Amino acid sequence: MGRYVWDIPNTTLVYGGNDLSKSALVIGGGIAGIQASLDLADRGIHVYLVEKDATIGGVMCRLDKTFPTNDCSACILSPKMADCNGHPNITTLTYHEVLKVDGQAGDFKVTVLKKARYVNPKECTGCGDCLAKCPVKNIPDKYEFGLVNRKAIYIPHAQAVPRVAVIDKDYCNMIKKGKCGICAKNCGKGAIHYDDKDEEIVLDVGSIIAAPGFQVWDAKIGTEYGYGRYQNVVTAIEYERIMCASGPDRGHIKVPSSGEDPKKIAYIQCCGSRSEKKGWKKYCSSVCCMYATKQAMITKEHGDLQEDIFFMDIRSYGKEFEAYIHRGEDEYGIKMHRGARVSNIEEDPVTKKLIINYTDDKNDGVSEEFDMAVLSVGLAPPAGAEQFADTLGIELNEYGFCKTSVFHPLETTRPGIFVTGAFAAPKDIPTSVAEACGASAKAGAWIVDENFEPCAPKIYPEEKDVIGKEPRIGVWVCHCGINIGAVVDVPAVAEYAKSLPGVVVSQQSQYACAQDCLDAISNAISEYDLNRVVVASCTPRTHEPLFREACRNGGLNKYLCNMANIRDQCSWIHMHEHEAATAKAKDLLRMAIAKAALLEPLVGSEIPVTNSAAVIGGGITGMTAALDIAAQGYPVYLVEKENELGGFARNFRFKEDGIAVADFLAETIKKVEENKLITVKKGATVADIPGYVGNFKLQLTSGEEYPVGAVLFAVGAKPYEPTEYNFGADDKVMTQIVAEKKVDEGSLNAENLVFIQCVGSRSDSVSYCSRVCCASSLRIAIKAKLANPMANVTIIHKDIRTYGFREEMYLKACQLGVKFVRTDAAAAMPEYDGKVVKAFDMTLGDNIEIPVDALVLAAGIAPDRENKENLAKMVKVPISKDGYYFEAHQKLRPVDFATEGVYVAGAAHWPKFMDECIAQASGAASRILTVISKDKLISEGIVASTNTNLCDGCGVCVGCCDYNAITLVEDECGGIKSNVNAGLCKGCGCCVASCPAGALEQRGFRSKQIIAEIDACLDYPVGGE
Amino acid sequence: MADFEPRIVAFCCNWCSYAGADGAGVARLQMPTNFRIIRTMCSARVDPEFVLRAFSKGADGVIVLGCHPADCHYIGGNYRARRRIALLRMVLEQYGFDPKRLKLEWVSASEGEKFQTTIVGFVDTIKALGPTPLQKEAN
Repeated sequence: MGRYVWDIPNTTLVYGGNDLSKSALVIGGGIAGIQASLDLADRGIHVYLVEKDATIGGVMCRLDKTFPTNDCSACILSPKMADCNGHPNITTLTYHEVLKVDGQAGDFKVTVLKKARYVNPKECTGCGDCLAKCPVKNIPDKYEFGLVNRKAIYIPHAQAVPRVAVIDKDYCNMIKKGKCGICAKNCGKGAIHYDDKDEEIVLDVGSIIAAPGFQVWDAKIGTEYGYGRYQNVVTAIEYERIMCASGPDRGHIKVPSSGEDPKKIAYIQCCGSRSEKKGWKKYCSSVCCMYATKQAMITKEHGDLQEDIFFMDIRSYGKEFEAYIHRGEDEYGIKMHRGARVSNIEEDPVTKKLIINYTDDKNDGVSEEFDMAVLSVGLAPPAGAEQFADTLGIELNEYGFCKTSVFHPLETTRPGIFVTGAFAAPKDIPTSVAEACGASAKAGAWIVDENFEPCAPKIYPEEKDVIGKEPRIGVWVCHCGINIGAVVDVPAVAEYAKSLPGVVVSQQSQYACAQDCLDAISNAISEYDLNRVVVASCTPRTHEPLFREACRNGGLNKYLCNMANIRDQCSWIHMHEHEAATAKAKDLLRMAIAKAALLEPLVGSEIPVTNSAAVIGGGITGMTAALDIAAQGYPVYLVEKENELGGFARNFRFKEDGIAVADFLAETIKKVEENKLITVKKGATVADIPGYVGNFKLQLTSGEEYPVGAVLFAVGAKPYEPTEYNFGADDKVMTQIVAEKKVDEGSLNAENLVFIQCVGSRSDSVSYCSRVCCASSLRIAIKAKLANPMANVTIIHKDIRTYGFREEMYLKACQLGVKFVRTDAAAAMPEYDGKVVKAFDMTLGDNIEIPVDALVLAAGIAPDRENKENLAKMVKVPISKDGYYFEAHQKLRPVDFATEGVYVAGAAHWPKFMDECIAQASGAASRILTVISKDKLISEGIVASTNTNLCDGCGVCVGCCDYNAITLVEDECGGIKSNVNAGLCKGCGCCVASCPAGALEQRGFRSKQIIAEIDACLDYPVGGE
Repeated sequence: MADFEPRIVAFCCNWCSYAGADGAGVARLQMPTNFRIIRTMCSARVDPEFVLRAFSKGADGVIVLGCHPADCHYIGGNYRARRRIALLRMVLEQYGFDPKRLKLEWVSASEGEKFQTTIVGFVDTIKALGPTPLQKEAN
């Protein structure tokens, strides 16, 4: 289990995997900080994770669902929070704050304030008894954004990690006045100590990752929207809690003033963003268009109602975002008001209904009545950002976010301190996760040197021998607060389990996944001499690792643990059927116990790891990843199909942060070619990549072969070749690349310069948004206007998608007099006859004609599907419907593939800007380092195996295996037998079901184990009694 | 017949349909309680023996749920499941079971709602078919 602060002496200490190696420090326990910590820890580096709040999880753990998959936010984050807290290499320091950073990169001394919690986390079980009797009740609950009140002693929320109470000293009567002490009397563990004091500790670290996140913009600044005055105006972040099943109203959406179901909800975009008004932010907050659409979609799933989203431009630039918006509009019937900025909101004083005044797409003023308004508030720098920056000695940018640069997106202005997450710019979760990985690659490079020793693996108690022993099963039935307990009669289920064969002990638990219950499970293994553990709670998909870890801590092989899913697949889907749900829970538990009795200890086989990596693609992305991997001492084979490195960026003529891309590219190529650890293969083509994680063979068509442990696909994409607008035949029609060259050379000579956006994007043929074209057109338009202020520069667009700080370019272009013509997104593209462009101007509501001397086509990015498919087949990874590589999980595993040991970054994943490619490349490098830095990997124990006594060598299984894991081999007696390579076997069990002789078995899912479940289900009446 | 509550065994693959079933739970989609899920790593792990075992023990219906075509976590396991189940339905028919008692359906990890409608539909089907022919035999 994780080392907590109370394990650390309060003096300066050198603490890490060993005395030689430094630790890393991660500040901020949101998703970015958690991911950065996990990657560093998996790399063998010890990490301090400092979080100022009493729990990790940040903003993400308070969200309801996440776009564009509509995954439950808590469900996908909770396992990571638990991993983080349980990781042997991570010391999670919640309720701590960084005070001072001395020293320099490689050798920082960081003073950290341990805030008095008044509850000893070592003794607290998180039972909540102390909360029940606390007399101070009216404190706005920060976690619920003040929608409900909490007490002076509180546990931040149900999924808090660590689940430990904390006393709010500003409100506690005992601490303030010395009168009360009720909570201490109610604490059965004596965990409460009113004399707790703040303490300072000093940490020695080699590098620092700053991930303090963001705060939402204060909606009270926008007085025109009435937030704080009108009851029915809520912010989007409050609305997340209102929608959430774990929120104050259990996900029942009500009109605040009346408590009735809303019939009409308005979502107001750009609250606090994209405005020069006082107190507002000039930049675009990047995520609000998507989250508002998500909220509207989820709300629709709660009930039938009318929903309207009011926005200027819809900015769905990310992977599969455009399709998501279309789904919202077409399938969910959400009304999208394009180009509609809401000027103000008024309230009907009697009905409390809201009158929303806006300009519609024809520039007419419209008033419409709604029951509720949700303000899509933007992302602002975190509270206290300036002081935080002072403490760390880093600079902020003009918007108050951490200062970074395009070529070094993860680096702050102080060497050895890196940044990730929304502190660098407003961004979504996958980008934060990819960058968090990237920051850990950068931070790791300051710690890994020739003397570096990875943290020793966690030592578990010796596993007890269970072979041949009668099953002695321990059962825990979880209430999950009221998630299970309110529907299923948990005491009856726990009692019933006692009657089942092999069950020695059966207990109830408030939260089986809480640390106290996990410890209880570990202890019970020796106390009751258990050799099997069964937990009836939630889904094994998220929580099995926790209970397996508890078994290991108690000296039991982790595969001797089984779960019955009585929450997700019982109490939650049968909420009104208490008896039937209780009977079902008993059946599910009985089935789980029957299987558990037959479980056997499994030991994963050790897979040796080749400590090198292959990077396919020598563009900016591939080169950045190669350099990051080499920086930690591992060889890289970099394969580029062209005869020179640089990829598509060789076409770029612009500057970023005052430095020409060409110069940065030349410098990067030089670094790569001079790096002794990087073997560059130019003009090379990959023939095949056989193997599996840790043991791939990179085979080139030249016949060369290199053993590698992991593979990165950084093959990019390619520009869309326009077939429209007589491109190629008409000299006046050009791409952005050519236009920029001409503008730079001063050879454009166009009095009438017209840009057409979305050529080859957001159309019938290519449905997605290519993300980068708006900013490119603006950059060229600005240059053209500066060179010739009298020129007529017009951009014809559907939406301008300059998200984040790129909004600045849009503002500048407007100021310089670039004309913007908004066309209807659904209407036909503008026409061009060689002299004029005809387009439908939405604002005028009429067709307009613009004379043209030069027509720039903002041609999008095409996926280059064939090239991707060739590689995809070699390692069996999927490609999305848009033709880009499809990652393992869109939110939390953005650079991993489901196939272990293979990763993706850059435009091969999705079109993106250079800084995003660089950050993601570092992210992929970090993921690769977590594999190739190990000498061996332990394979999953659930694999197929052959009983050679039964096998007659028919070979049916060989053809059945999609992973080529099965071969026919000759045994010592000359018999032909099937043989499973455990390293290649993915454990699907397909071959097992195919074997006519019953010779193949799947460990952990043996036929007799599954049949035991079937029998346990049907041999008893429903409910067992 | 009105109070006939069928007993249904559902085999769900770990990656898509089991996750879809969890998704139905997360979204609090309500459905009848007649089914019990057995988790396998892949729908292709569902040995015909398991299905026959369930029927022989008195199950009124068996449903196998896997990943959508082309979405299989194990590349092609669902295609193999599809072939096996098709064959098995023929075998069941020869033994006097209505083949509708065995169903194969695709449910992805994000399709909680499809899981719900599939279960509701299958429970209705089995209710219409009545108890397993084995029960009539026993009576």
